[in-house]
Amino acid sequence: MTALVERAGAPPAHRAPSRRGWTGARLAPYLFVGPALLLFAVFKLYPIAWSFWLSLFKTDGALQTFAGAANYRRLVADPLFWSALGNTVTILLVQVPLMLALAIALAVALNSPLLAVKGFVRLGFFMPMVTGLVAYGLLFAVLLNPQSGLVNWALGLAGVGPVPWLTHGLWAKVAVGLALTWHYTGYNAVIYLARLQALPADHYDAAAVDGAGAWQRFRHVTLPGLRPVMLLTIVMSTIGTLQLFDEPYVMTGGGPDNSTMTLGLYLYANGFKFFDFGYASAIAYALTVIIGILGVVQFKVLGERS
Amino acid sequence: MTRRVMLTSSLLVAVAVMLVPFYWLVVGSTHRTAEVFGDPPPLLPGAHLLDNLATLESTVGFGRVVLNSTLIATLYTLLAGLVCTMAGYGFAKYDFRGREPLFGLLMLGLVVPGQVTLVPLFKMMLALEWLNTYQAIVLPNLALPFGIFLMRQSMSALPDELLSAGRVDGCGELRLFWRVVLPPMRPALAALGIYLFLYQWNDFVWPLIALRTRDAYTIPLAIASLQGANDTDYGAILAGTAVAAIPMAILFLLLQRHFVSGLLAGAVKE
Repeated sequence: MTALVERAGAPPAHRAPSRRGWTGARLAPYLFVGPALLLFAVFKLYPIAWSFWLSLFKTDGALQTFAGAANYRRLVADPLFWSALGNTVTILLVQVPLMLALAIALAVALNSPLLAVKGFVRLGFFMPMVTGLVAYGLLFAVLLNPQSGLVNWALGLAGVGPVPWLTHGLWAKVAVGLALTWHYTGYNAVIYLARLQALPADHYDAAAVDGAGAWQRFRHVTLPGLRPVMLLTIVMSTIGTLQLFDEPYVMTGGGPDNSTMTLGLYLYANGFKFFDFGYASAIAYALTVIIGILGVVQFKVLGERS
Repeated sequence: MTRRVMLTSSLLVAVAVMLVPFYWLVVGSTHRTAEVFGDPPPLLPGAHLLDNLATLESTVGFGRVVLNSTLIATLYTLLAGLVCTMAGYGFAKYDFRGREPLFGLLMLGLVVPGQVTLVPLFKMMLALEWLNTYQAIVLPNLALPFGIFLMRQSMSALPDELLSAGRVDGCGELRLFWRVVLPPMRPALAALGIYLFLYQWNDFVWPLIALRTRDAYTIPLAIASLQGANDTDYGAILAGTAVAAIPMAILFLLLQRHFVSGLLAGAVKE
């Protein structure tokens, strides 16, 4: 053992006395990162590769036959796949920008010396983050129950409605979007707020000296300051939305008429209701490719930040 | 002055709206289904929480379910905490061959969607006869890329002099980790622990696939399974949801600072 360590030329300060054997400084790093790497290889890398292999097979009951790209050809021609992708993109283009705008407004308010009871406001917006996706999904399904939910009752008092939440294609999307916004606005606001607090105060002071009004300060100091984390939150929300599963699963089951079907739900249905592992794997890989492209963007963004 | 009042009051209204679901969770979980959907709906907590919990016990064996969730999340937090902390330390404080590519490989897990591993993991658990077991849920996500990332970040802030001083004192590498490295890391460990517990407590899609019998269910599976029938008992669903959500909300109130730092670092999760 000692000979091995010396031949490998460990720096003297890190050389381990032989009595400590393989926990010496030379091999210690592998001892520390080893378990994580092993677990990652077995439960992540291997399944990722296996999934691609599976996507090349056709499943007929218990029988699996090699079929090349047949599952991918089927995917491209599958209207349900495209509508699942379309639903996701709709939520992405409407809900995500609205939520992020709300989060920026909230962060600016929380950063403002004008706001009293900051702690309480922060609490109200941050608490939804710790509620599990299934839990808040079910809660919203009950609140938005079209016949006799609390929301429609309250709207009724104001002479509005009843709104066909969950039972009408467009409103079901709105319902899922509302739930997502309730859950994630505070989370994004935390990120913006941390960034705002890290911005040097002299930018604002300089702007104040120049006589800039509140709106101009927001446009010329705050927004440019937030840009790096804005890119980050956009990419994160995009990746999260593409994997949307729990909320539509409990709120709408993907309905009505597949109007809230997501790629995750479609993958689940094919894999674990119809047990068509080949096709489910192809959907998973399509999802991976879409997210992978965005992931590259994410790492670029993170790279620029640090 | 008036701007101060306007800003504060409009945000208070917004907070009230945000808190309505929580309040209504308390109200709904203490009423029977017929009352939950009554006209007008109940606006104050009722007296039927225990009835709803009893319904949960008789329909999904809720006591066992809560025990499953608690044990799985606790076991996961301890083991994943150890794996991620060790790896984070190794990557932050040692120079070794392959460090950067290996770390990059792990971070790949941040962008590859978890859903891509569902089918192979299911086949793996089926072959191992591990469906409906705790290890099927706990093992696959122990090397959580985000946890490793978080710990590497925190560990790099640790001064190298502390480590060299320990080594000069004749401390072995494992002892060094345990005695010198971990104690000052307590806040980061708390943030990691909270993150891991919350992640596992709320996790849904993998348990949905790997836990297929009622007595193996976790809380999210149990409450989701009650939905859909024509005579769905929403009072019971809400009581179960309250059991899932309220302990976490209380934990959040007590440990707000750690939560926020964990979630903030979570800016790169999944």
